[in-house]
Amino acid sequence: MFAFYLTPGIPGGVVDFTHSQSPGQPVDLTVQTVGSIGYGAHPTYVTYMVKDPSGRWLHSTAWKLPANTVIHMTVLQYDSGSPLRNQQWGQVSGVTGNEASLNGSSFGVYDSNSGNGVGHTFTVPGLGISVPLVGVPSSATNICGVAPCAPSYVHNTITFSFKTPKTAGNFSWQCFVPCALGWLYGNGGPMSTQGYMGGYLDVVA
Amino acid sequence: MTMTPETLKNEPRHLRRMTIIWVVLAVAADLLFWFLVGPHVPPGRMTTTAKNNQEAFNILLVIAIPVLIGVWVYLGYSIKAWGIKRNDVESVGGDEARSNHNAQVSWIVITSVVVLFLAGFGSVELWSDNGSGGGEGPNPVWSPPGAIVAETAALKGTSTWAPGSNKVLVVQVIGQQWKFSYRYPAFGGMETTRLILPANTTIAFNVTSLDVIHSFWAYQLSVKADANPQLNNVAYTKTGQQGDFVVRCSELCGIWHGSMYNYGKVLSQSGFMQWATQTEAHNAANTKLLPPFAWTYVPDANGASGGFYPDGNVTPYTNSQLYGAKTPAS
Repeated sequence: MFAFYLTPGIPGGVVDFTHSQSPGQPVDLTVQTVGSIGYGAHPTYVTYMVKDPSGRWLHSTAWKLPANTVIHMTVLQYDSGSPLRNQQWGQVSGVTGNEASLNGSSFGVYDSNSGNGVGHTFTVPGLGISVPLVGVPSSATNICGVAPCAPSYVHNTITFSFKTPKTAGNFSWQCFVPCALGWLYGNGGPMSTQGYMGGYLDVVA
Repeated sequence: MTMTPETLKNEPRHLRRMTIIWVVLAVAADLLFWFLVGPHVPPGRMTTTAKNNQEAFNILLVIAIPVLIGVWVYLGYSIKAWGIKRNDVESVGGDEARSNHNAQVSWIVITSVVVLFLAGFGSVELWSDNGSGGGEGPNPVWSPPGAIVAETAALKGTSTWAPGSNKVLVVQVIGQQWKFSYRYPAFGGMETTRLILPANTTIAFNVTSLDVIHSFWAYQLSVKADANPQLNNVAYTKTGQQGDFVVRCSELCGIWHGSMYNYGKVLSQSGFMQWATQTEAHNAANTKLLPPFAWTYVPDANGASGGFYPDGNVTPYTNSQLYGAKTPAS
């Protein structure tokens, strides 16, 4: 019901994953983060994209998920990174085993002051979920600038799993990297516009 | 109808009647409020500040209720006793409209006494309860015993706490768009996204922000302090009952302001200790990567992408730029 009223305000509407598998079976949720969406009203905005159950990439950050179900999430991270404003978000939490996988290697904490830093996080405060999304080298020559990005562009693949709550609810999620380049404290622009760096998990029973 | 000395002489004693009605109603309403409603008035009695604020609120209402009833009784009685009847001629001016010196003086004196009493009462409550759970700024006027020692130890990195130690527990509240996180200097400076507290313990909340102004409002604890970037805002309370409480941001801070809340718990001292030691161990790898504990942090200096760099590109950073006005212990 909440999602119904929410839909008009969210670019791309709510993407429904409740019928993408048999009841009780895990849901595969694949998203990508892109440094600039490259089209639309705000072509320079950094954004999340989501692959719908039919395999199309959509510009939507509101996803309907079944309750009490394991979600296997894959994030294709096409953006570069930097040290975190608060290293607290470098810790993986709220997901299965409190670990995520970065290009096949599991990790529980990522030192954002090392390597390529953290580009974004996928954080659902209401569910205690937070995963740092490690950035790609900013020196790379094939950084994707227009969404959706093809796998040929430099990217990191971060995977993790979590279980949705048993009861229905609406949970906001957001990126905790102030990644809105050029905006006050990095939290304006795409960080403050629906449909880019935050959205909702609409969990339905 | 014009009042003549004769008719005035036969008039009933209105003031006495009104006073009797007022006293009966006011006492009844106060008693009903105090015993039936008072114990349930927010914010409850989970901490000393909540309990004191509830009592203060109840006392204010016990004073306000008779004033309200007094006005209503006067209005009601006036309408009944002196209202214009059908087909009566409304009198204008004359004796009926003359001022009553005694009534005027009484009203001014009584309301002045009430207001001055409340000002004094509020000040005493604020003083006796170490700020009543409100943010007192970086240099609190009122501090509970042991708070300064605990806060100094927190900054020096020598802070400890254990069940039965009777020590003040320092908790740092860090606001950021759009979540509060919490650091516990007595447990290695670990940072968590849940606020867990021990029962029967004085808590020194040190509230700051990494970006815009937030406001830390732990409702059932009756603690409310603005979270300002590069400023340490200190608020105190002492926990009593165990249970759940909610923390909300009460300063409109952006698109996800409405989602900036979380639930906290007051546990037994042993339960808290168990949680804290387990969390400290679990978070140890990440705690090593956190900046040294300090009262404030300058987020821009951390170099996060999209940060607001007022001076363009400030590197290398001084301790002041990195940690704010107060240099970290190490």
